[in-house]
Formats: sequence, structure tokens, C-alpha cells
Amino acid sequence: MADIASRPLATDRPAPSATARLAVLRETLRETLARRAEAVVIPVAALLVGLALFSLFIAALDKSPLQFFELMWRGGFGSWFSFQNALARAAPLLLAALCVALPARLGLVVIGGEGAIVLGALAAAAIAPPLRGVPPLLVLPAMALAGMVVGGLWIGAVGALRHWRAVNETISSLLMTYIAIALMNHLVEGPLRDPASLNKPSTLPLDAAYRIGPLPGLDVHWGLVVGTVVCLAAWVLIDKTRWGFAARIVGGNVRAAQLQGLPVARLTIGFCALAGACAGLAGMIEVAAVQGSANASLAAGYGYAGILVAFLARHNPLAIVPVAILLGGVEASGGLIQRRMDLPNATVLVLQGVLFVATLFSETFYGRFKAFNPDLWKRRD
Amino acid sequence: MDAGDIGWWGVPIAIVGGAIRVSTPFLFVSLGETITERSGRINLGLEGTLVFGAMTAYAVTVVTLSPWLGVLAAMAAGTLFGLFHGWICKFPRVNDIAIGIALMLLGTGLAFFFGKPFIQPSAPDLPAISLGWWSDIPQVRAALQINVLFLIGAALALFLWWAFRTTRIGLVLRVVGDSSDAARAMGLNPDTVRLLATAAGGALAAIGGAYLTLYYPGSWNEGVSSGQGLMAVALVIFARWNPLGCFAAALLFGGAGALGPALQSVGVTQGYYLFYAAPYVLTLVVMILTSSPGRALAGAPGELTVAK
Repeated sequence: MADIASRPLATDRPAPSATARLAVLRETLRETLARRAEAVVIPVAALLVGLALFSLFIAALDKSPLQFFELMWRGGFGSWFSFQNALARAAPLLLAALCVALPARLGLVVIGGEGAIVLGALAAAAIAPPLRGVPPLLVLPAMALAGMVVGGLWIGAVGALRHWRAVNETISSLLMTYIAIALMNHLVEGPLRDPASLNKPSTLPLDAAYRIGPLPGLDVHWGLVVGTVVCLAAWVLIDKTRWGFAARIVGGNVRAAQLQGLPVARLTIGFCALAGACAGLAGMIEVAAVQGSANASLAAGYGYAGILVAFLARHNPLAIVPVAILLGGVEASGGLIQRRMDLPNATVLVLQGVLFVATLFSETFYGRFKAFNPDLWKRRD
Repeated sequence: MDAGDIGWWGVPIAIVGGAIRVSTPFLFVSLGETITERSGRINLGLEGTLVFGAMTAYAVTVVTLSPWLGVLAAMAAGTLFGLFHGWICKFPRVNDIAIGIALMLLGTGLAFFFGKPFIQPSAPDLPAISLGWWSDIPQVRAALQINVLFLIGAALALFLWWAFRTTRIGLVLRVVGDSSDAARAMGLNPDTVRLLATAAGGALAAIGGAYLTLYYPGSWNEGVSSGQGLMAVALVIFARWNPLGCFAAALLFGGAGALGPALQSVGVTQGYYLFYAAPYVLTLVVMILTSSPGRALAGAPGELTVAK
């Protein structure tokens, strides 16, 4: 850059003086800061507006919003114990949210992460018993791989249908979730059933050696670390690599991407498969760290909660981490709020719904405020 | 041999009966969604509207003892949800599909929130008409117990089919759905038309919910919907935005959903869960077969994001 700036221009204009260049630099910095600030201020404002609307709702029911938020703080974040609870609940949400955020880069709304979680978990649970006796250092990666492959194929198929048959991905992924849960129930009650599981049909339980334990000194399992690392990797992929850049072009305009010669098919199917692999990994972790075998409890709604996390994070993998912890804390405090304030446990659902709507509504404000949009400053000149 | 034992004949009869019994919510939600989608918007939030309508109908019926008042209350609630969706989607860069997902969450959450006290009490059912009087076989009689709402839904499908092609309102709706620019050139305001179309869609979806709590299965609990509101959106594509197609598709879905229980009643328990998935597989297969890249779906409104 400096090289270009110092080169003499073709016109007879003298080279810009040092002060002029400093002014340009300052202007660029100001523009960058304004754009960055917008990406923080608007989501936070949307969150606050959502909380304010929810407070009105609580107040209209003659309950104290202050008490509500105080209990939420205590139940989800206030003490080390409750914060660990929040982290434990956030762990599966990280990977589930990536299943929505990655295809979103291509402009696809995939809401079928739940199906990939369930089948990934089933694959992981099914592959472990035949490998009994093999060291866990080999079995755990094999389980993770099985979950990721199955999950990747499942959501990859959604991408393939989208690309080659123009089947709407939102609806197909959702239909495939119902099919996945039925498939899991069928296999768990039939071919893969552990005969000893009477009341609750399950696969053979995992050996203790193949279970994922808690982080040292914590009550939270390793899934939190894995999820955070994968989120970071996804951010690098999307923001720092040419594949991520190409995916964004496809998301902006498919025709333009095709004219540029971008491999639209590979990008679409690849990003969907990666998304499914994330969800499948979440399923594997759920089996190995929490459930111990595959059964109907796997369809616990993490896939759906992940949709909320991804949208609140505006599909930014780095933002997914704090948002997941925030929502984990909200869910962790549900029980306390229910007991102390005599509110139904669906209160948390209502809060999530209000925050969701407020965040989506805030999309309309991007680029509208003069303070954040350098294009609007320049227009007055 | 007593009249109750009809062996394998019970399966088709149970499927027909199930199709009629289970299809009504699909029918109303898909008709509502057809109206909305014909105006060029998609409302995935009808699942939330359906659940909220189910709760409202049940709660009002428990209090007033009149199921029809319950249906009306559900319609009012559904209209409000539709108006909200229609209003918020009017703003630039607000995504109608995403808002639908959010409203699904919000509607379900509000329904569970306010519906908690109504899980226990029981409410009177909507009336049904027995069309099986000519038969001695109890299965046939049971299958032909037809709810009034099913008949209303069938009539509504016919009416909408007629209205879309011949009435002024139907044509306005289709113009707005096919091209916002053309509509503006005609002096129409697309946002207003879509607002009203989404409101009408919400009202109809809520009737589907009322049927769930007031007739079949006939009580309110948090598992009352098994995704009918969402499947109906797929069903509309399946039906090519044609109300008569919605009627046929709803029956097909109902029948496919009744396959598992029908086979179970004659002792086939193998693969119960796979039969349970039949309607979903059916929808997916039909979507794959009828979609094609490079061209819009036949009959799809031009402004619809799903069809683009």
C-alpha cells in the first residue's frame, strides 16, 4: 500500500503531503471504527429492547421484572456453581448453532440440525460396542468421525437437493429431521436395541472408558472446549479463507458466483456437509459425555435452540460463543424462576421468542444510522 | 364371526377414517398458507399460530362451554399473529422465513405459558356428523364420524379455488404475489395486501389448532402438535398453491399418518416408527420429484422466496 501511495502519479499533481496522508488515515480509521461499532451496538440494543419488551410482559402479569432478572442472574451467572450450569448447557448449543450459521453464509436457512444431532449420536453409539477393548484414544476419534460423517451426509444431502433439484432447504431439512428421529427410534427399538433396556429402549451402553469426562476441576464436560475450538475454526474458515469468501459471494448472488467460475455445487454441498458434521459431532458428544447410550432423549431440542443462537449471533461463529453461554444461563435459571416467582417454565421460551423477534427486526436498522455509516457522511459533501 | 372382526379390511378403513380425522388441521393450515404465499410471503410461524390457536380455543371453551366461541377466539388470536408477521416483514431486510421461525418459538412459548392452567380441565368437543349409519360395522361407523370443521374446510377449499381465479380480491392477491412492481403500477400497495393475506392465513391456521384441542385428539397439552403447522408449509408447495390440491394433499397426509396406527391395530408392530415417518418421506419425495433447477415451480407466485 505504502508503495503505491508514494509512487508519482501520472497526473502532474504533487505527491500528498504527510499531513494529508495522516488525515486520510484518520478518516479510514474512523470509518472502520464506525462500521465495527454498528456490528456491536445494534445487536446489543436489540437485546436490550427485547428485554424491555419482556419486562413489560412480566409487569403486565403483576410480577416484578426486577426480581425476574435478579433471579436470572443468580440462576445462570451469579455464582460459580450456576455459571458452570450455564456453561454445561451452552456446550451442545455451540455446535448446533454452527449447523445453522455455516449454510447461512451461502444464504441458506437450514433448520434441520436436530436430525443430524440425533443420527450422529446414534452412529457414534453404534460404532463403539464392536470396538470393545480398543484403546479409547482410538475409539473416541472413531466415534466422533462416525457422528460427523453421518451428520455431514444428512445435511450434505440437503445441500445437494438444494443445488441439483432446487428443493427448498428450510423445508427439506425440517422434514428430514422428522425422518431422522423416526429412523433413530426404529433402530433403537429394533436392530440396535440393548435387550437389557426394558423401559427406555436404548443402544448398548458405552464402556466407562469411552465416556467423555468433565474438564479438570469443573462440572462441565469437554464438549464446551471442543465446541469453542470448532467455532474458532469456523470463523477462520468463513472470514479468513478463500472458501469462506467464495461462499459469501454465492450467498450474495448465485448467478454472479457462477459467472465468476466459482464451484457453486462444491461450496453449497461442502458447507452443508460441514454444518451437518458439526451437528453430528454435537450428537457424539451428547452420547459420550451425557447420555451414555443412544435413546429417545437425544431429541432434546438442541438443534432448535441452535437456530436461535445462530440468528442471535447473526451467523458469526465468534459471536456464537457468548450468545450460547448467555442462552445457557437463561435456561439454567429457568427452574429457579419457576419456583420463586410461580411462573410456568415456558417463561424462558417466551423470553427467547421475544429476543429472537427483536434481533431479526434490528436487521432493518443496519446502514440506516449516520453515525455508523460512512456512506451517509460522504453524501452531504 | 362378529361384526367387529373384519381382519385386514380394517386397514384401509382405518386409513380412510384416519385421513378424514387427521387431515383437518393440515387442511386449514395449508389453505391459510396458500393465501399468504399467493401474496408473495411465506409464514413459517403458522406452527406457533396453530399451537396458540389450539390453546386459545381450548381455554375459551373451558370457560364458556361453547366450542364455537373457542374457534372464534382462536381465529382472533391467529389474526393477531398474522398481522404481526405481516407488519414486521414489511420493513426492508427483515427476512420472512426467519421471522416465521421466531414466531414459531414465540407462539409456542406463549401458548405453553398461558395454557398451563388448562391442561387438567376438560372442554366440550366440536360436533361431528355420523355418515356411517348405513353400515353395521363399527369400524366403518367410526371412520365416517365426520367433524363439521372438516366439511367447512372442504367447502373453503372449493371457495378459495373459485375465488383465486374469478374474484377481484383473488386477482389482486395473485398480482401482488407474482410481481410487486406490477402491483405498484396498478396502484396497489403490496405491503397492505400481504399484511391482510398473512392475517387471513393466521386465522385459518388457528382453526386447525382449534380442531386439535376440540375434536381430535381433543385435549390441550404441550405435545398437541406434531409439526402440522410446518408440514402444511411443505404441503402447499406439494399442492402447487392450489386450494383443491391442498385438500387432496391434506387427505393424503392424513392417510399416510394413519398408516402406522392402522397396521398396529391388526398386529403389525414391526417398523411402527418407519410408518410414522411416512408423511414426511412422502412430502420429501414429492418435493424432489417436482422441483427442478433452472425454472420456477409450476404455479409458484413469482415473489415467493421459496420458489426463487
